Amino acid sequence: MTRLFAKLRRTALMMVGMPDYDGYVGHMQAHHPGAPVMTRTQFFRERQEARYGGKKGGKCC
Amino acid sequence: MTRHIPWILMAIAGAVALSVVAVSRGEAVNALWIVVAAVSSFLVAYRYYALYIARAVMRLDPARPTPAIRRADGLDYVATDRVVLFGHHFAAIAGAGPLVGPVLAAQMGYLPGTLWIIVGVVLAGAVQDFMVLFISMRRDGRSLGELIRMEMGQAAGTIALFGAFMIMVIILAVLALIVVKALAESPWGMFTVAATVPLALLMGAYTRWIRPGRIGEVSLIGLVGLLAAIIYGQAIAESPLWGPIFTFTPVQLCWILIGYGAVASVLPVWLLLAPRDYLSTFLKIGAIAALAIGIVIMAPPLKMHAVTQFIDGNGPVWSGGLFPFLFITIACGAVSGFHALIASGTTPKLIASESDAPLIGYGAMLMEAFVAIMALVGASILDPGIYFTMNSPAAVIGADAASASAAVTAMGFPITPELITQTAKDVGEHSIISRAGGAPTLAVAMAEIFSHVIGGPAMKAFWYHFAILFEALFILTAVDAGTRAGRFMLQDLIGLAVPRFKDTSGIGPGLVATGLTVAAWGFFLYQGVTDPLGGVNTLWPVFGISNQMLAAIALMLATAVLFRMKRDRYAWVTMIPAAWLLVCTLSAGLLKLFSADAKVGFLAHAAKFSTAANEGKLLSPAKSMAEMQQIIFNDRVDAALVGIFLLVVLSLLFFTIRTCMAARRVDAPTAREIPASLVPAE
Repeated sequence: MTRLFAKLRRTALMMVGMPDYDGYVGHMQAHHPGAPVMTRTQFFRERQEARYGGKKGGKCC
Repeated sequence: MTRHIPWILMAIAGAVALSVVAVSRGEAVNALWIVVAAVSSFLVAYRYYALYIARAVMRLDPARPTPAIRRADGLDYVATDRVVLFGHHFAAIAGAGPLVGPVLAAQMGYLPGTLWIIVGVVLAGAVQDFMVLFISMRRDGRSLGELIRMEMGQAAGTIALFGAFMIMVIILAVLALIVVKALAESPWGMFTVAATVPLALLMGAYTRWIRPGRIGEVSLIGLVGLLAAIIYGQAIAESPLWGPIFTFTPVQLCWILIGYGAVASVLPVWLLLAPRDYLSTFLKIGAIAALAIGIVIMAPPLKMHAVTQFIDGNGPVWSGGLFPFLFITIACGAVSGFHALIASGTTPKLIASESDAPLIGYGAMLMEAFVAIMALVGASILDPGIYFTMNSPAAVIGADAASASAAVTAMGFPITPELITQTAKDVGEHSIISRAGGAPTLAVAMAEIFSHVIGGPAMKAFWYHFAILFEALFILTAVDAGTRAGRFMLQDLIGLAVPRFKDTSGIGPGLVATGLTVAAWGFFLYQGVTDPLGGVNTLWPVFGISNQMLAAIALMLATAVLFRMKRDRYAWVTMIPAAWLLVCTLSAGLLKLFSADAKVGFLAHAAKFSTAANEGKLLSPAKSMAEMQQIIFNDRVDAALVGIFLLVVLSLLFFTIRTCMAARRVDAPTAREIPASLVPAE
C-alpha cells in the first residue's frame, strides 16, 4: 500500500517534470562521491528552471 | 495458441461494437458501444501491431543501454519506472487539441470521427510517436530538428525548424481564440480564470520562500482556491457592481490575452508559469479520469446522427467536405505532429529500457486517442439542435434564441427557443448561441455527465464553469510556455543570419524575439476574433493542416531512418501513414488556396471582396471600406501562410526521397545511431 502510494506520488511529480530527489542523491553518492550535492530546495529550483526556463516547449496543444 | 484466445475474443467484441455503431439507424445508440469499440481496437493494436513494430521493424534490444543509463545524471537523464514515465509522457502530450477537434468534427455526425480516430491512431498517430521516440532514444534524446539535421542534412533541419515555428504561432493563436470564445460575455467564467492569476502568484511565492518544493501541498491549496473561485464566481457574475467589470467583448479579451502572453512569458518561471502548470496538469488528469468514469456510469445515448448531411462540405461549423477536411479537423487524437516534439524532448532521456518504448510511445498515444473519443462522445450526447446552436456562427443563425431556433430547425435539427434559453440558464450563462471553439460545447456535455453523477441539475452551472476553467487553465499555460518556446526557436532562426541573436541569456534579443512571437500569434488571434464567421472556421483548418504536416515530416524522417538502417522492407509502416497525411494535407492546403468556393478558398474569398471593393460596394460583415481592405489583407496573409506550409512539406519530401535513394545505393547501414557496444558513460 505504501509502495503504491509512493509510486503514485512519483508519477504525479514526474507529470510536472520533477524527478525523484532521493534518486539524484543516490546517483551522486554512487558515481560522484565527494562532489557537492544540491540540497532539496536547490534541486527543486534547478529542476523548475530546467523544465520551464529552457528551450523545451514541454507542452502540447 | 491459447495465449491468443483472449485477444481474439477482444477483437470480436470490438468488431461487434463497431458494427453496432456503424450500422444502427433510427434507434439511439448507446455511447458505450463507441467506448468498447475504441478500447478493444486499441488493446488489440497495442498487443500485436506495437509488438510487431518493436520486434521486427525497430528490433528493440532490452540489453542496449538507453540515454538514461549511458548518461545518467540524476537530473535530465534518469532511468524512470515505466508507469511513472507513462504518466509524464501522457501529461505532456494531452492538451486542448484532442478535446476540441472531435467536437468540431461532430458536425458530420459521430461515425466519421470515430472511425478516423480509431484507424488514424493505430496506423499513424501512435506509430509516429513511437518511431520518433525510438529514433531519439538511439541518439541521446536529441530533438526533432537535430534528428532531421543528422539524418537528412543541414538544410532539411533548418526548414523543419522554420516550419515548427510557424506551427507554434498558429497553435498559440488558435488556443487563445478558444479561450476568447469561452470567456467572452461570461463574467462567471472570466472571474474564475482571472482568479487563477493571483492564486498562481501566491502558490509561486509559497513554493519559493515558505515551503520550497512542496508541490503536493501547494497544489491542494491551489485546488481549494479554484473551487472557491468557481463558487463565488456566480455571486460575482450576478452582482450589479462586479458583473459588468468582468464582462468583456471578444476584442477586449483578445487584447487582454496578448498583453498577458507578453508579460507572463518574461516573468520568472517559478512565479506564474510553474505553479499554474501544477494546477492545470493535475486538474487535466483528474478531469479526464472523471470524464471516463462519468461516461461509463451514465451510459448516455447518442443524440447526434451517425452521419449528417454536412459531409458534403456545407456545414456551418467549418467549411469543406469529408475528404480531406475531416482528417485535418481531428488532428490531435488521431495523429498529431506536435507529439514528435515531445517524443524527442524529455521522454527519451528518461526511458529505462528499450523494452519500455512501446508502452510509452505507442501506448500513451492510444490513451490520447481515448480522450478524443470521449470528447466526441461528449459532443454527440447533446441534442444536435443545441450542438448546432452553439457552434454555428452568428452570421448564419443570428444572435437571439428565436432566430437561432428557426435557422437550426431549418437545417434539420429541430429545437425550440425555450430550450436554447433554458440550456443557457442551466449552465449559468447569458447565452449559448454561437459559442464556437469546442470548449463551451464540451463544457455543456461535461456538465451534463458530471451533474448526472454528482449533484443533479442544480450543479450543472458549477460543473459547466469547472469545465471551462479546466480548459482555459491549461490553454493559458500552453500560451505562456509556447511563447517562451517560440522565442527560443526564433532566436535560433534569426541567429543563423545575425549570430548575436543566438545568445539566449541576452536581454535585448530575448525581448525582441518574445515581442515578435507574441505579435505573430496576436495577429492571427485578432484576425480570428474579428472574423465574421467566428474565426474557428478560418483558423482551425490552418492549424490542422500545419499539425498534420508536421506529423508527415516526422513520419518521413522515420522512413528515411528505416532506409538508412537498411530496413527498407519494413518502411511501409511509416510510408503508408506519411503518404496518407501528405495526400490529406496537400489537397486540403491546395483547396484552402485555390478552391473557387469563397467559403473554402482564401484567394477566392479575397477576390470576391476585392471585386466588390473596386465597385465601391460593401459586403457583410464589413461596415466600411477600411474593413473591406482588412478582410482582403487577412485572406492574403492566410493564403501565404498555407503556401509556406506547402513549400516546407514539399521540400522535406524532396529531402526524404533523396536520403532514401542515397541509402539504397550503399550496402551498409548509414543511420547515425549511438553504437550498442558503447560502454555506459561513467
